[in-house]
Amino acid sequence: MSVFVGKNTRVVVQGITGREGAFHAARCKEYGTAVVGGTSPGKGGTTHEGFPVWNTVEEAVQKEGANCALIFVPPPAATDAIMEAVDAGVSMVVCITEGIPVADMVRAKHFLAGHQSRLIGPNCPGIITPGEAKIGIMPGHIHARGPVGVVSRSGTLTYEVVHQLTRRGIGQTTCVGIGGDPVNGTSFVDVLAAFNDDPETRAIMMVGEIGGTAEEEAAAFIKAKVKKPVVGFICGQTAPPGRRMGHAGAIISGGKGTAAEKMAALGAAGVTMVKSPADMGATVAKVMGR
Amino acid sequence: MKVHEYQAKALLKEFGVAVPKGDVTGTPAGAREIATRLGVKVVVKAQVHAGGRGKAGGIKLADDPAGAEAAAQQILGMRLKTPQTPPEGILVRAVLVEEASAIDRELYLSMTLDRARSTHVVMASQAGGMEIEEVAAKTPEKIVRESTHPALGLGDYQARRLAFGLGLAGDQFKQGVALIRNLFRLYLAKDCSLAEINPLVVTKDGRVFALDAKLNFDDSALWRRPEIVELRDIHEEDPLDVEASKYSLNYIKLDGNVGCMVNGAGLAMATMDIIKLAGGEPANFLDVGGGASPEQIENAFRILSSDPSVKAVFINVFGGILRCDRLAEGVIAAVKTLGLRLPVVVRMEGTNVELGKKMLAESGLALTPAEDMGDGARRVVELAGRAR
Repeated sequence: MSVFVGKNTRVVVQGITGREGAFHAARCKEYGTAVVGGTSPGKGGTTHEGFPVWNTVEEAVQKEGANCALIFVPPPAATDAIMEAVDAGVSMVVCITEGIPVADMVRAKHFLAGHQSRLIGPNCPGIITPGEAKIGIMPGHIHARGPVGVVSRSGTLTYEVVHQLTRRGIGQTTCVGIGGDPVNGTSFVDVLAAFNDDPETRAIMMVGEIGGTAEEEAAAFIKAKVKKPVVGFICGQTAPPGRRMGHAGAIISGGKGTAAEKMAALGAAGVTMVKSPADMGATVAKVMGR
Repeated sequence: MKVHEYQAKALLKEFGVAVPKGDVTGTPAGAREIATRLGVKVVVKAQVHAGGRGKAGGIKLADDPAGAEAAAQQILGMRLKTPQTPPEGILVRAVLVEEASAIDRELYLSMTLDRARSTHVVMASQAGGMEIEEVAAKTPEKIVRESTHPALGLGDYQARRLAFGLGLAGDQFKQGVALIRNLFRLYLAKDCSLAEINPLVVTKDGRVFALDAKLNFDDSALWRRPEIVELRDIHEEDPLDVEASKYSLNYIKLDGNVGCMVNGAGLAMATMDIIKLAGGEPANFLDVGGGASPEQIENAFRILSSDPSVKAVFINVFGGILRCDRLAEGVIAAVKTLGLRLPVVVRMEGTNVELGKKMLAESGLALTPAEDMGDGARRVVELAGRAR
């Protein structure tokens, strides 16, 4: 079992003729992901670095049975790309694009509410089910198949925790980067619910950060529903209030969204909290009795 | 991005939100001239990107043009220190001179993103002039909230509910509804992340207007708002932050002595955390982006090392796809080009990591390779401590 994506996922890459799109489409394919091709409006019918190119996502769905869209479209057109993919009926949309205006995401999120598709991101590394499908920009080789579900708001910090796990011989069921923006498609709660229902996932590693209340909502959900051990880390314990720490979502405003509050909420929900980011892997090993 | 009060008020006016009559100036003579033109008692307000100006002596009343000139003389050129400014304060370069009004009631109005609901929210309160966080904590029932529709925006019925919630009636109610609608139009049209009117006032002669105004803008939307970018005042930002933004580096200066250079915002925050846990203090937050190209590394190094409080540098890069030998090459080149004498601890992961470590060790420079994040943090804190 895996969460959200696996062997049957067929990926169409939106923005495949761009530098990032082409590069990462090739890396995903190398990993073994079924990348069926990409879109670039106006360049339909051509091929780009070995991938067939279509004008629309709809064509990729009809001709190749694409059921997942991976988006590398620049910010001005990114939410339109999300809506196109959703309208074409793919069940999973992964948006890597960083720097989408908040107001655009508010509208795109509303559009999603009327559809069945799941959006992961934006401003995220993507999602990977080790050994089955890599849909994103994460380095595939640091992952290994195993019993831990990983969910995180960060990119490279997710690689860090995965690396720590793999080095200890602890593999992952699926790793989901939900992204660092204030409005995103998939929340901690959505991913925690999926891991909780996945028989292969035996423990969950959750990496949060300052800003917003997503971690507090996750804490409430864990307390009420999650039956598996959860290890948590919150980055930004030393961040000063009022400053945006890289991610648009990572800002402490009016004394809300601090690491201390989030750690307390998760701790009270029974999550084993890690103080040092160097100890994430070791703590997961400990709660799993390894 | 933040703007000054006078710039915010100019935008408000453009969108039909009532503001006091007034103008901005950089000289005492200018203040006198504006006060003469207005022909009434005036308020002279320091223009800096920080709240709490009144208590810090940055806002003064003047009865006549001579008084306005004197007040401007006192305020202009002072370093205004408020709880929201850096400890050394901010130099006041401009003052806003406005008609003083006889105030009957002070109210509160703001618009921002409600992250939990993924839509914009409008908040109003009769407890104006106070910090809204304080009102929310002590008397949450005094705040009226209207969650706007993600696609349709603010309904007229919602604007009316807000105006009723502010206790407005008769003609003031009409003025209030129009003001709320117009401010929301501005909020959306200019991609604001915050529009806050505190206080919104009702004057004794029955007018409703924005006595103060704070507008913040979504940094991710600035590419489509060139007119807002024009309003940026780099004097209000840390010079190193400004320099970093030229190279798309995300840099924030902090108080410690351990410089950090990291790829990715989350890992950068985690690196600051681990430095603190190892007994040190980070000198900055610096995210060079997921890729960390050699040019980015060199620019980042230059900015980092121009901060005199930095005693040692910690580079923490999780490359993944990035090749560590290329990273090592970039670091070595940057250290040589800049003639850097600071001790540097490098922790890297990615392809060819062993080769990268070997290159650092053999470079003959003060570069210490670290095994992992924890090891790197311990080493750099020790080196920074020794340099003191």
